[in-house]
Amino acid sequence: MSGSSMWDAIGGIVRRDLLLAMRRRSDAAMSVFFLVIVASLFPLGVGPEPAVLRIIGPGVLWVAALLACLLSLSRVFTADYLDGVLEQMVLIPQPLAVLVVGKVLAHWVISGLPVVLLSPLLGLQFGLDGEPLGVLVLSLLLGTPTLSMIGAIGAALVLGVRGSGLLVALLVLPLYVPVLIFGAGAVTSSMAGIGGEANLSLLGACLVLSLFLAPWATAAAIRIALE
Amino acid sequence: MVNWSKYSSPQAFYPLAGRLIPWFAVVAVVLMGVGLYMGFFVAPTDFQQGEAYRIIFVHVPAAWMSMFLYVVMAVWAGIGMGLNARLSFMMAQAIAPTGAMFTFLALLTGAMWGKPTWGAWWVWDARLTSELILLFQYAGVMLLRTSIDDMRRADRSSAVFALVGVVNVPIIYFSVQWWNTLHQGASVSMSTGSKMAATMLTAMLLMTVAFWLYSIAVILARVRCIMVERESLPVWNEKPAVIQEAVEAR
Repeated sequence: MSGSSMWDAIGGIVRRDLLLAMRRRSDAAMSVFFLVIVASLFPLGVGPEPAVLRIIGPGVLWVAALLACLLSLSRVFTADYLDGVLEQMVLIPQPLAVLVVGKVLAHWVISGLPVVLLSPLLGLQFGLDGEPLGVLVLSLLLGTPTLSMIGAIGAALVLGVRGSGLLVALLVLPLYVPVLIFGAGAVTSSMAGIGGEANLSLLGACLVLSLFLAPWATAAAIRIALE
Repeated sequence: MVNWSKYSSPQAFYPLAGRLIPWFAVVAVVLMGVGLYMGFFVAPTDFQQGEAYRIIFVHVPAAWMSMFLYVVMAVWAGIGMGLNARLSFMMAQAIAPTGAMFTFLALLTGAMWGKPTWGAWWVWDARLTSELILLFQYAGVMLLRTSIDDMRRADRSSAVFALVGVVNVPIIYFSVQWWNTLHQGASVSMSTGSKMAATMLTAMLLMTVAFWLYSIAVILARVRCIMVERESLPVWNEKPAVIQEAVEAR
């Protein structure tokens, strides 16, 4: 199998999923609005004290980003599973894991990238500025693709299972913990003046590891779901 | 030469497990008694931590078993996926509750030790947090299984999830070395030997072996229940000979 046809397959899937998402723009907008609302609830609940908000800011924004990703996970495979497209994908001569990379990439562009682009604005809400704000954007840029990768495993495992919305949260959230710790840790250590490089490197390592392993697990889970 | 592969079929394994359970159970109870006696009465008082340290005779073996059982469960899940063997999936299913129990026990005894020693029931330290995540993963494996009605899919889906979660085990094991944590480093090591008094070490190793044998006994008993449940054998209240006959008739 030539390398170019693999890239063609990924490109084709990404193009198709983005086109479908553009036809239903409100779906994608919903998770972004969710993020904004959750992030805005915390200052109202905790109180508008700038010093407190600066401390909890990185953690709150990361948890909000994590939940926004979680809520959009059902969109990765469910529609294709219900209308039979997923079965056709398994029959395509390209490896299923490669197609999964395309699906996850499209999911990240639809639900992860808006979070990254919006994060400077939300960071300002919590009094972050200067270098910590840059580190926040960078940490989300490195971390959200990992969230989509890990989330795809959970999304594929619960395809067609009753109570799948809650179940996918229970399966995926524990696996998100390292990303959350390193992501929020990068911003916090940058605020403390010791720089976020160490945590950002660990986030990068998580991304590489998940990029390498998650597609195989997701492909296995899809095959099990389609049996 | 024993034909071991014979026991990969539930029909042959069911009576074998039944014969093995009493042995493992009896030795486990005896060792646990001796280990607890040594730990609570023979081992000297720690000069730093006083009597409170004695909880480690339960805590450390429980924490070891929680990680070890997860790996064993993942190995059975992997064998099941690779060889498509029913018994392997049944073993993985049988191990999960015992592993979760030991994880909970490790967290509970850790909290009981942490209160007098650190002054807090719980701290958000790397080892404690990753052990808590291990508990969530055990819960995830069991919940995923119970949510899926189709037995074959339930087996294979929870196997994939168990295998994905194995990544966490080395993180727990090495967390005290990788991060600066409140949780103390290992006192027992294969390479440098032990930093404890000999009686303490003996008591701890006795408890570890006891927990190990207990796990085997309980898991074998549970796997027999799973077999009866799955193969819908009408035999659970019958005499052993009748069970044997019913199993062989299948």
